Amino acid sequence: MSFPVIAATSYVLCHTPQLVRYGSKPAREIGKEGGDDVAARLDAALRPFEDAVGYPPNQVFIGNTAPGCLRGMERPWWKHPIAAASRFSEWGEIMPELEFLGLLKAADQFNVVQLRADLAEASSAALGEHPLPLDLERERITGISPDECQRLATAPGSLPLFLAGDPVPVGCVLIGHDEDTNLVAHILLENLATKASGALAVRHLIERNGIDPASISYVLNCGEEAVGDRYQRGGGSLSKAIAEQVGLLNASGSDTKAFCCAPVHSLVQAAALVQAKVFESVLVVGGGSLAKLGMKFRSHLDKETPILEDVLAGLAILISADDGRGPQIRLDSIGRHRVGSGSSQQAILQDLVRDPLRRIGWRLTDVDLYATEMHNPEVTEPSGSGDVPDRNYRMIASLAVIDGDIARDQIGAFVEERGVPGFSPTQGHIAAAVPMLGHAIRDLEAGRAQRAFFLAKGSLFLGKMTNMSDGMSFAIERRPSKTTDANNA
Amino acid sequence: MPNGKEVKKMLQGKKAIIIGERDGVASPAIEACLKTVDATPIYSLTQCYV
Repeated sequence: MSFPVIAATSYVLCHTPQLVRYGSKPAREIGKEGGDDVAARLDAALRPFEDAVGYPPNQVFIGNTAPGCLRGMERPWWKHPIAAASRFSEWGEIMPELEFLGLLKAADQFNVVQLRADLAEASSAALGEHPLPLDLERERITGISPDECQRLATAPGSLPLFLAGDPVPVGCVLIGHDEDTNLVAHILLENLATKASGALAVRHLIERNGIDPASISYVLNCGEEAVGDRYQRGGGSLSKAIAEQVGLLNASGSDTKAFCCAPVHSLVQAAALVQAKVFESVLVVGGGSLAKLGMKFRSHLDKETPILEDVLAGLAILISADDGRGPQIRLDSIGRHRVGSGSSQQAILQDLVRDPLRRIGWRLTDVDLYATEMHNPEVTEPSGSGDVPDRNYRMIASLAVIDGDIARDQIGAFVEERGVPGFSPTQGHIAAAVPMLGHAIRDLEAGRAQRAFFLAKGSLFLGKMTNMSDGMSFAIERRPSKTTDANNA
Repeated sequence: MPNGKEVKKMLQGKKAIIIGERDGVASPAIEACLKTVDATPIYSLTQCYV
């Protein structure tokens, strides 16, 4: 049976150390008594751009380094940067803050982002050297005088923007409405940061893969930000705003909300829309999460680790009708965490892994590569949260033991052979299995793997509407080569 | 390591504050276990630590 294919993927990181102060946790801590001291300590622990580029997990995220290579690299990874690492990759890039501030301005249609003229000019000039054609964005980057910038940055409700090395604000985000708590500067910055980083991922996807923007019919945004106003908080649709931003003139779109497992829900929906011939191609996009910048900064400061949560991540994945080449999403393999299944890990994994695999006749050991929550352990371990991917991999391996696919003493080997170390920034939905999609496709195309399986979880309970979590999963499979086809015929 | 009977004795009749974890054991699962030994959950919460 023919299924839709993953036609292209892109991954970007935007290094935004000066926005870390506006992450949820840092903003709360800085706002408390003694916050000035916290702010000073935070500022002193921020990384320069070069360190973020050379940081091994970041190089894995953008595809310049294979995730398995992390196993051979000495920890802590931040002390052992990759020499001569490139900010660009086949899949995307790591963008410096100067350029990102320009994109933030370009993403704003309501003049809530204001940049000082010299900064606007410098940002536009830097983007003029960018390998992507960003002329449309550059046209939107305008500036104001230093005096006006200072006045607006200190106005009630404004949020000043900074750049390393500049002691005064280089810009600001203005309040969007006098009485609407959903349009305060902080929330507008969150939403614009997602829009700008998501749009950058789409730009890379289109340009690097030679995709005609007019060929994309529909966009699904899987980000978690609540775009809306006092009457419809979370109303959306950031998907269409991103489609407009990058010139997808034939597209409409909608947002998929499912906490961190929204990307997998979105991919399943995209594949289903294509399979049903509703649309020829559907784009899944997710921008970065400002709120999660510096989420674990306290423990990083305590352990004398730099602030590693200093990047906004973005990804874009294009699902198209079967072209006979790309890896297929097995729509007969979709797993879902059902309401009636309960909350034990065994029940969840049965829904997400065992049942879907059995449905298509695979055992757990028939999968060469699993992708689960891919959070970078170097970020989570200092706070006591442990190695999340490793824990999830061990639970999958335990299920294989229960099923009799492997012996108990083979759990370690199962994890090593079919898993990879976590490398994703702790950017919520971004880390949920999908960072492995590009690497898995690369392995499938190179013949290093035949089958990969993706499972993601979402923390629905955080919204206090249910105590449940959620989960969704799917398999992708390598295209049989013509030789194999002939042999099997 | 206490055996099952010892755990039951330790928890029986106790009031319990439960903090579960999404990628570990969620609070409803802990709650279900505690109820089998006549402990009373008075607060139950699952958290996501990423």
